[in-house]
Amino acid sequence: MIFNIPYIAVVALILIGLYAVVFKRNLIKIVIGITLIESGVNLFLITLAYRKGSTAPIYTASPGGIMSLPVPHALTLTSIVIGVAVLALMLSLVIHIYKIYGTLDVRNLGREEE
Amino acid sequence: MIPFETLLDTLKIQNWSLWNPLIWGIAIIIAYLIIYIIRGFGKKGFKERTEQAKVFLSGNPELEKEKMHVGGSNIYWGFTESLKWLYGSLEKMHTGNASDYILWFVIILGVMFLIIGVI
Amino acid sequence: MNMIEELLFHSPALIVAIPLIGAFLTPLVSKINDKLRNAFAIFIVLITTILVFMLSYNLFAYEGTKLAPDILSGGIQTYIFGGGPATIMGSESSFAIRILFEIDGLNAFMAIIASILALAGVIYSWSFMKEHTGQDKYYTLYLLMIAGIFGMILTGDMFNFFVFIEITSIAACALIAFYTNSGKAVDAGFKYIVISAVGALFILFAIGILYSQYNALNMAVLANSIQYNMLDKIALVLLISGLAMKAGIVPMHMWLPDAYGRAPSSVTLILVGATQASLYGIFRMAFSVYGKTIGNISPTIVDSVTNINSIGWLLVLLAILTMLIGVLMALKQNDLKRLIAFAALAEIGYMLLGLGVRLASKVVNEGQVGFNEYSNAALTGSIFHIMNDALDIGLLFLVAGAVYLVTKETNLNKLGGLARNMKYTTVFFLIGLLAVAGMPPMNGFSSKLIIYESTYQLNPIIGIIAILCSILLLAVFVKVFHSVFLGPKIPSLKDAKEAPRSMLLAMGIIACIIIFIGLFPSIILENIIQPATEAITNYSAYIGGVIP
Repeated sequence: MIFNIPYIAVVALILIGLYAVVFKRNLIKIVIGITLIESGVNLFLITLAYRKGSTAPIYTASPGGIMSLPVPHALTLTSIVIGVAVLALMLSLVIHIYKIYGTLDVRNLGREEE
Repeated sequence: MIPFETLLDTLKIQNWSLWNPLIWGIAIIIAYLIIYIIRGFGKKGFKERTEQAKVFLSGNPELEKEKMHVGGSNIYWGFTESLKWLYGSLEKMHTGNASDYILWFVIILGVMFLIIGVI
Repeated sequence: MNMIEELLFHSPALIVAIPLIGAFLTPLVSKINDKLRNAFAIFIVLITTILVFMLSYNLFAYEGTKLAPDILSGGIQTYIFGGGPATIMGSESSFAIRILFEIDGLNAFMAIIASILALAGVIYSWSFMKEHTGQDKYYTLYLLMIAGIFGMILTGDMFNFFVFIEITSIAACALIAFYTNSGKAVDAGFKYIVISAVGALFILFAIGILYSQYNALNMAVLANSIQYNMLDKIALVLLISGLAMKAGIVPMHMWLPDAYGRAPSSVTLILVGATQASLYGIFRMAFSVYGKTIGNISPTIVDSVTNINSIGWLLVLLAILTMLIGVLMALKQNDLKRLIAFAALAEIGYMLLGLGVRLASKVVNEGQVGFNEYSNAALTGSIFHIMNDALDIGLLFLVAGAVYLVTKETNLNKLGGLARNMKYTTVFFLIGLLAVAGMPPMNGFSSKLIIYESTYQLNPIIGIIAILCSILLLAVFVKVFHSVFLGPKIPSLKDAKEAPRSMLLAMGIIACIIIFIGLFPSIILENIIQPATEAITNYSAYIGGVIP
């Protein structure tokens, strides 16, 4: 049971991130919610790779014992880099929106009648 | 891709049915020729700048050009007015709020999972 | 002949690599001269288009007339990055260790559509963006987006698919928010990146679930060894929902009129390509990766056939809702580009309708499960409609961009009487109008007739709603044609001239292809569409491309 705690943490992170995106009105909080979802998915990918009592898969002449899987580590690194790029793009768009509208409330944006 | 002879074969009209687009194209061209010939039978002479060349609106005066042209939002007024109950709820659904878009996504995730996973 | 064979062998990698290198060289070229940068961008897209046409000619040609028949095996071309074999023999089974691009009929068909849209878009941008600053960033992002779309279409690996989805959405968001002084455009870009990021993260979650069960990221290896237990069902739900949100299916469609309507017109053209590449993703997931469980007709899963029918009926219901909401909202708009965006939304519903009818039309005949005769016809109509719709909606958006460039107005209440000054643009708009509504001499008629006839046999109400939505689309565009082009000359628009020549050239290319496909549909249908349909439903050939 104790080895299921990372999976429970993954589901909790994703649900908290979805709550922040759907129900919060500040633009910065929506961006933080997306970052929380991304952290949850990255944690899920790393948790898949662990085997009990394993070391890091970085040896050429290994001192014995089993190593954890290296492929999900590569997937997680790619995903973290993509997340950084998306976060930078979203924050720069928030700066532009604040300069034009003067408010960060998501209900006041995007009206078609103006 | 295909040899040149079979390409020429497919360009011929193979099925002389009602829904062949080549038949429709030829029929439209023939119809335009007939219309052009009939238009040529009309009277050519009319006097410019007299009452014959002005627009007739059953005696009403002609306003300036911008008011005479029926604008875009007034054309289907009867349709949108009679379906006002439908359009009211549709317009309220399209709020423009970014968090509502993700709310719809979560609702569809739940509905799909109920249908695929459980039923 | 050896040089052509080498070129064709490496062409899947070159089709993605050449726009990528061009995108990174464009800021350097633009320091020299402005016209040189525009010509360089058109040159790169032209080389990519030639490579795509050579690749698909090699794939679709008959046996005796292929260019290089040795690189295909069973009608599928596999390109493995890094050389060497795709699978290595482990202790008891073989597993795939390299990333590969796998090209069958449907991939080549989508690549043809994307390359025509890209070529028309770059030629159109020459004079559409002439007065704006920041053009070197525009061309860089445009070429990057083209590279992302080609990567999304050609790949055979699940995580590679996710990476290219993210590349396309980041480049598209920056291009949608191009008019940074207008608040509405920046807001549309923000909504697009929020939707794309959440959708792509859920797709990554589903890829993680599938990897954890089968230890494979390759689409063909996953298709070989998939069972349909509870975790696979969760992964299927997440994949279809995430890809449907990116493709604009109701009720997750609300970003589509904002993003299409507030972006520059040449960006909207390539954004149509990105939306259809996401729809291609649903095709690939439903028929190839999950082919053994959903598309299968073997008697061993005959007892779960009602379970599998319900996916098809759910997709049919969503497609009908998409068509109805798209057309009904389009009747009420006042803004020209937002109206055409709602019409594009209705056309996406037609494409999903054929997919749903194919999945929902199974019959059980004394213990044998089979497909009706109209199932393949519905899928053929959908795939043909992808090509027709990309061309038609593209032409309408190009005309809307020409009207905006000449008059600086997009409100339908203030436009009028433009047919006296812009003669060629009016003719192109008339061709696009007839094609979208499904009138016989144009290409929309051919694909819509196939969809009407095959969906009518599943349930008559579906066919009737499809015909009704076509008629309402005709009504919508007659309204636009009257209020923009017909009527007396408005005094405030009296100095409107004809559109510039490069924009007319781009519109002319698309209009000629529309008329050609409309008059001779059987050439395209027999040689390109039906091989694509047979390739997508034949998942064992797809598996055989990697595992011999």
